[in-house]
Amino acid sequence: MSDPVISIKGLRKSYGETEAVRGIDLEVNRGEVFAFLGPNGAGKTTTVEILEGYRKRSGGEVAVLGEDPQRAGREWRERIGIVLQSGRLDPYLTVRESLELYAGYFRAPLPTAEVVSLVGLESKADERTGRLSGGQQRRLDVGMALVGDPELLFLDEPTTGFDPSARRQAWDVIAGLRDLGKTVFLTTHYMDEAQRLADRVTIIAAGQIVARSTPEDLGERESGETTIRFRRAGDEVVLQTTTPVQALHELTAEALAAGEELEGLEVTRPSLEDVYLELTAAAETNGGAE
Amino acid sequence: MNGLALVGHQFRYDQKAFWRNPASVFFTVMFPVILFLILGLVFNGETVDVRGGIEATTYYVPAIMSLAIISATMQTLAMTLVIAREDGRLKRGRGTPMPPWVFIAGRVGNAIVVALMMLALLAAIGALLFGVDVPWDRLPAILLALVIGAASFCCLGIALTAAIPSQDAAAAIVNALLLPLYFLSGVFIPEDQLPSGVIAFADLFPVRHFFDAFFDAYVPAGGSAVSWDNLAIVALWGVAGLLLAIRFFRWTPRSG
Repeated sequence: MSDPVISIKGLRKSYGETEAVRGIDLEVNRGEVFAFLGPNGAGKTTTVEILEGYRKRSGGEVAVLGEDPQRAGREWRERIGIVLQSGRLDPYLTVRESLELYAGYFRAPLPTAEVVSLVGLESKADERTGRLSGGQQRRLDVGMALVGDPELLFLDEPTTGFDPSARRQAWDVIAGLRDLGKTVFLTTHYMDEAQRLADRVTIIAAGQIVARSTPEDLGERESGETTIRFRRAGDEVVLQTTTPVQALHELTAEALAAGEELEGLEVTRPSLEDVYLELTAAAETNGGAE
Repeated sequence: MNGLALVGHQFRYDQKAFWRNPASVFFTVMFPVILFLILGLVFNGETVDVRGGIEATTYYVPAIMSLAIISATMQTLAMTLVIAREDGRLKRGRGTPMPPWVFIAGRVGNAIVVALMMLALLAAIGALLFGVDVPWDRLPAILLALVIGAASFCCLGIALTAAIPSQDAAAAIVNALLLPLYFLSGVFIPEDQLPSGVIAFADLFPVRHFFDAFFDAYVPAGGSAVSWDNLAIVALWGVAGLLLAIRFFRWTPRSG
């Protein structure tokens, strides 16, 4: 068993009076897709930029590929690939030229043609980057991070603002990274993105970790209360119950006996989205009180 | 790749991007040529009361060359680096194993090559259209002035990026600084027509000293080809720019 690719202990980051990251611990293992999920302003980008070596931490310990990103040098950068949250490429270079430019920065780059096909831009290889759609530019961003053949990739909100088909294409590219054996650290504020792509999900809110699990286990947190809604005599009735079968049985038996209809009857279980919103909202309220 | 090979690699792609960018081609290449043609045609046949009287067209060759060199270096670097910074391209580059100096060296190399090309282009137009002799015997002095000037104005351009907050502000700030200095330094209006106070004021800035040095190198009418004092002042400005650049240059976008 090898060491974790990323190891964080008690990480803190303050900007003046504001504490953006308030003591987080986490580990990312080799070959996994790790999702760091949280709402905007939760501290995701601050954390990922500390891991990438762009920002200095205020406290705690960080090791990425066994080194402190604050001090790591050129050798370390050979082994990582970074997709920033935003950023454009030189609009006057083509897709292929942009990749070739970056390939020159690395000692053992992947062949450009291979990267072009990994990110599904074969038909755009000779198009200038300024003429690509937003989704295509984003896939090229992933290609630019991939061209050095890194062991570890950071993807900071790779699909924010995309239409559904562009998201799906980006997801296919990211899912393909796992097959290449890359370790991926993904930040996102989309629950479905984390669920679809990640082996493990850690949720951050207000600078603190509020939940860690696999996407499947996160789904099982919905063992909470079921909501039953219906109308009786024009009034809406909402019931919360942990024993929905029994509650429904009693309700329907009562209604049948009285010869009534339960109008607009609806039984809903909390969605993953609800679980996520509940977790993050609780943390933000606590955070605000401190 | 080793450092120098990497600079060459970066330079090749910078050249491609430069020549495909209509704004850089227009302002850096076409604008000085058009300006030279207009001034040359308008003032053809007139004399300028400098060095005991020289042809106006002879005056404008080193004048527009000075402008073109400053434009290829200071102006181009300040604008393209701010755009690259705000696009997040500088930040992205810092995330790779490429040493930062390689990137800067590639851009500076690009600027100096374009400056040399402008020198040749304007010399050819001057000779063919207006019969201004190319002073071949002074070539070493001309190249010396060009290299010192180009290097210094590159440093000033890189330093200036720190004072430019956004892409939109880049052209405005650069032009607001340089256009008045071109006028006051005798680049557009021959210096015999400018009040002496104006020249004295322009002497506080590097544009005038560079033009002076370049004029001495290019125009043989008396005087030594190498104007050491002017070149020294330009170089001092360059060193000041370099120090400011090292202290204040940033790789991450100002916005966001």
